[in-house]
Amino acid sequence: MGKISNQQVIQSLTLKFGDRISVPNEPFGLLTFETSVDHISEVLRSLKEDKELKFNYLTDITGIHFPEQELSMGVIYHLHSLSNNVRVRIKVFLDIKAPHIPTATSLWEGANWMERETFDFFGIIFDGHPNLLRILNVDDMTVFPMRREHPLEDPNRVDKKDYFFGR
Amino acid sequence: MTNHPVFTDNDPQKETITLNLGPTHPATHGVFQNVLEMDGERIVSGVSTIGYIHRAFEKIAEHRPFYQITPLTDRMNYCSSPINNMGWHMTVEKLLGIETPKRVDYLRVIVMELARISDHLICNGILGVDTGAFTGFLYLMEEREHIYEIYEEICGARLTTNIGRIGGFERDFNDIAFAKIKNFLIKFPPILKEFEVLFNRNRIFIERTSGVAPVDPETALNYSWSGPILRATGVDYDVRVNEPYSSYQDFDFEIPVGTSGDVYDRYIVRNEEMWQSLRIIEQALQKIEKEPKGIFHANVPEFYLPPKEEVYNNMEALIYHFKIVMGEIETPKTEVYHAVEGGNGELGFYLVNDGGRSPYRLHFRRPSFINYQMYAPMSAGMLLSDAIINMSSLNVIAGELDA
Amino acid sequence: MSEVKIVEAPPGIEGSGFFATSMEKVVGLARSHSLWPLPFATSCCGIEFMATMGSHYDFARFGSERPSFSPRQADLLMVMGTIAKKMGPVLKQVYLQMAEPRWVIAVGACASSGGIFDTYSVMQGIDEIIPVDVYVPGCPPRPEAIIDGFNKIQELVKHESLRRRESQEYKELLGRYGIQ
Repeated sequence: MGKISNQQVIQSLTLKFGDRISVPNEPFGLLTFETSVDHISEVLRSLKEDKELKFNYLTDITGIHFPEQELSMGVIYHLHSLSNNVRVRIKVFLDIKAPHIPTATSLWEGANWMERETFDFFGIIFDGHPNLLRILNVDDMTVFPMRREHPLEDPNRVDKKDYFFGR
Repeated sequence: MTNHPVFTDNDPQKETITLNLGPTHPATHGVFQNVLEMDGERIVSGVSTIGYIHRAFEKIAEHRPFYQITPLTDRMNYCSSPINNMGWHMTVEKLLGIETPKRVDYLRVIVMELARISDHLICNGILGVDTGAFTGFLYLMEEREHIYEIYEEICGARLTTNIGRIGGFERDFNDIAFAKIKNFLIKFPPILKEFEVLFNRNRIFIERTSGVAPVDPETALNYSWSGPILRATGVDYDVRVNEPYSSYQDFDFEIPVGTSGDVYDRYIVRNEEMWQSLRIIEQALQKIEKEPKGIFHANVPEFYLPPKEEVYNNMEALIYHFKIVMGEIETPKTEVYHAVEGGNGELGFYLVNDGGRSPYRLHFRRPSFINYQMYAPMSAGMLLSDAIINMSSLNVIAGELDA
Repeated sequence: MSEVKIVEAPPGIEGSGFFATSMEKVVGLARSHSLWPLPFATSCCGIEFMATMGSHYDFARFGSERPSFSPRQADLLMVMGTIAKKMGPVLKQVYLQMAEPRWVIAVGACASSGGIFDTYSVMQGIDEIIPVDVYVPGCPPRPEAIIDGFNKIQELVKHESLRRRESQEYKELLGRYGIQ
């Protein structure tokens, strides 16, 4: 597909990091692996600065919430190497009681708002972020709306009659 | 950037004023706020506030079945909604392993390129309005009406189109639609040429836009820019060429690339992309002639609603209809990321599925959101009128910004 | 005779050099054909409004040649698009800055009732915070529908009593929204 195949990326990663990353798999051809909070900065930095891999483009940072898992909050990075035409997805899972993860803004300036959005929706705290405030929701909101327990509709509505909505 | 005047401590002119380029402003295209510290006419620094139209798309998507998320995707980048729709359908098809026939791909390409033209028409027209030239905008809005007529013929709606279904289209393009597309290909190029004659070598326009807000490619990549504004800086990254989807690899087109990344380059890149889109539509029409007639969807009865006559007469079709609407069909429990080239850049859909009727998590990688974060750092040191032009050339669509 | 259509004069007593009718009718006639709108366009309906202002549908022929973006100089607040809870106070401030007589038209499903966005962050209709005169349904409404809504506002303006804005009923209406 690209100038470097997923296999080469896997080899290079396992050489450098070995057991600090999980076994990579490739859903729909996109190389995916997991790592832990302590190693994520290192992994991202080496992916960006490696002379062969050159993952210099940060596509997206987002979050996810799996309440049944023990480490229920997840942060998902999508990186893209433009010159080699290869994508990679990195997942980091955090404990919901202390969801801290180091920021990626030192590597890519574009991570700034992506991390603010993830904080706004899930409550994940990015240590070292210059300006970690809510970005899309109202500033005085106390809950994190994308977590699974938060309802979709506004709970304070009085004019919506449950009888007509089958509840 | 440039140096602004330095005053001594006792000078009464030293104080900066705070200017609120507020959410309701004629020049901001959409609702986002910039609080600017101004030193006279020059901006010292700015803080952007967005979220004034946050509609919680990602939360809604967790409660809707796949086919009901299409109207949501319409309303993200509403100037080119077919691209959003097609991108979503392709993401679901990737998840379910559906392969669409070539004719469907070519029809999708026609619709997406028309949407791209319509998006760039608005952006360049509004750029003209912001520099003071209203006429070009009126000419281009008329052309958008012709594109709307084509959409109406295909799907019935003008702006928020909800075009297509998972696996193809809901009905074939009829002869009137093809006639209108061919007519568009004849009537539109002279109008675009006239628009270019008004602006490209216009002394006032060039003085207003050339050299304003130049961006170098490393900074643009660092901020994760994509789309025409990234191509104006010199990086030729286009998702249609890097990872072709919907048979884009069969088409012969060029990617226009600029040099300095300033506002004039962005304008020219968008104009050139419109010419390339016209080329692609012509090639698609020719390719469709060679394909067998009448195919407008993939053969996936588990996900594509059967026609109503069959539902009322045929037991199988009735069962499929029931299963699709009630969501009884198993879907793979995995995750997929698919990107398309939207009007503003790489529009990505990250879908995590848990086997049910609705996604477990759907995240939209929205180009306007990611492109806009550079606006406040970029406008430090600029004159206010240049900052306005810069904002309109970034083509920030509020629906996509806040999702 | 020229081709330009002129509106009919209201019923009144005519004589040589004078025309007597009631003030309300004349003022209503003048106002309804020269409403200055404030396009408060937030999302997709705003693009349909741009199409309405364009040459094909030409909104300006109804007298709205000058869309004013300053609330102090506008008669008609056209709210087009979704209003989120973050935007609510901004909308209320814009409404309060308008001078009487002022009318409000809610264009689109989102402004009328929240539209398809029944979520925690979207205001379910702008009539939670400001009084609305005409609602135009649609998602987005066709330009013909927007023009139809505007025509209804013109009817309201034409027949409005001059004393309405000082009446007790109107003050109670504003009081319900917390506006003095």
